[in-house]
Amino acid sequence: MPAQQLAGSRIREKRLDRGLKQAVVAEIVGISPSYLNLIEHNRRRIGGKILADIARALDVDASLLIDGVDAALLDEMRHAAALLGPDVEVEKAEECAARYPGWSALIATQSRRITALQTQVQALSDRMTHDPALAAALHEVISTVSAIRSSSSILVGPEHLDDDWQRRFHHNIHDDSLRLAESSEALISYLQAPEAQSDTAMSAFEQMESWLAQSGFHLPALEKGGADTGAFVKASGLTGASAALLKAHAEVYAEDAVALPLAKFEKACRAHAYDPAAIAQHFFQPLPRVLRRLACLPPEAGHPPMALAVCDAAGVLTFVKPVPGFSMPRAGGACPLWPLFLALNRPGQPIRLEVALPGVNASHALCYAVATVRDATHFDVPPAVQSIMLVVPDPETNLGAPQPVGVACRICPRSDCASRREPAVSGVSVQTAL
Amino acid sequence: MGKRVLLIEDEPNIIEAISFILSRDGWTVHTHEDGTTAMDKVLGFPPDMIILDVMLPGRSGFDILRDLRGNDTTKDLPVMMLTARGQEKDRELALRLGANHFMTKPFSNSEVRDFVRDLIGA
Repeated sequence: MPAQQLAGSRIREKRLDRGLKQAVVAEIVGISPSYLNLIEHNRRRIGGKILADIARALDVDASLLIDGVDAALLDEMRHAAALLGPDVEVEKAEECAARYPGWSALIATQSRRITALQTQVQALSDRMTHDPALAAALHEVISTVSAIRSSSSILVGPEHLDDDWQRRFHHNIHDDSLRLAESSEALISYLQAPEAQSDTAMSAFEQMESWLAQSGFHLPALEKGGADTGAFVKASGLTGASAALLKAHAEVYAEDAVALPLAKFEKACRAHAYDPAAIAQHFFQPLPRVLRRLACLPPEAGHPPMALAVCDAAGVLTFVKPVPGFSMPRAGGACPLWPLFLALNRPGQPIRLEVALPGVNASHALCYAVATVRDATHFDVPPAVQSIMLVVPDPETNLGAPQPVGVACRICPRSDCASRREPAVSGVSVQTAL
Repeated sequence: MGKRVLLIEDEPNIIEAISFILSRDGWTVHTHEDGTTAMDKVLGFPPDMIILDVMLPGRSGFDILRDLRGNDTTKDLPVMMLTARGQEKDRELALRLGANHFMTKPFSNSEVRDFVRDLIGA
């Protein structure tokens, strides 16, 4: 539904947020309650004086009622509020985003940055705590310093020391000073290694996804058979863990491209209206491959935008390709109601489900998910289960009542969710589902 | 002859420095550098106290301390842990396992001497 036609829904949400009855607002505005009801259900177009009067009655900016706000931006702002604590006026997020889009985008950017830095701090903390090479290097330095301190204290102490002992401790200090120089240099070299210098403001996954996003996740260099994935990764400039992840992604991408050549695949997509099941049957290829291929179609070729998420058996997101303006499950606390996670309970059974994100700017999306067991070729080895989900925002098909989902519990306003794992940040309306 | 201190430590110059300090203070100091055979050394040479490094070749000082506390002969033996690992969790672990004191490197000589005096001094 076009944004302008949702003005009525936004009016209804704002009125309910403020606890006002239709009759009260209608009286203030000078229209009948039944006419306001038609407006709220988007059955009457609205503008001009009535819009201005309703906005004034609800104490909101009229542009907010007309234009709405990017749902993904709102989620980012609510996430920022969740990071900063309970004193933020979360219920004003939408108004803030409408009135001050630049500042709101800055808040969202800062929030992402904080989250990335928290990830970096955690990674560095883990490294300091668990990296055996670093622990050994530090131990060597501290041990040598201890020996020097102890020996030198003996030398400068008030008690007499005969010449032999003096020579001995001088000699020890000299040896230890050489060791200290070597171990210090080794430590500095270690800390300056490429792995430590990498741009860990983002996690390795985020670095890879950020790099892939520059090309819209479509990789022409891997479309032809026999692609050299090693050279591809080298040319990317990524290093360390992010390069390893890109290599794994590139190898799967190249295999998918061979199995589903781009020109034929695009043709089949259009012929089958982007229905993954029909395309899979057309090519006799597994659904996960088709879902991955659909998400990586060339962005400039007129295909509908499609997002992709992949998770492991623990529900940890291992890959996310977003689409602008649509909120995908958030790593580290994603809503468990997404079909991506539901599929984990039914490996091998494809799930097609329409979902709706909360709020009046509710985005709908059609999700295709399937969980599969990879490499099930050995006995007595735990299976590696992976779930994959293709997300098609604003679908034209209508599968009936959509499955309510959220981005993450802390920023989700749904009050009646049996799957909630933690409270939402304060101030988020719990009446939006009315 | 003074009471016997067994220093289990693998850093030669620390061994020499501590041995010198304690010997000069009247203690008889024996040393051992290997974690794997440390318990054999303790049982073969019952000391009056042990100064025990945590990071030793073969076996950690924590494991050795656990064995000491589980052995009737050595369960009450005063033990001072000496380590470059100064994290709180290491200190807590050492004390939970029954260490009498936990000292981090780099240490001061007088600190070591004073604690030995406190633990086994007359």
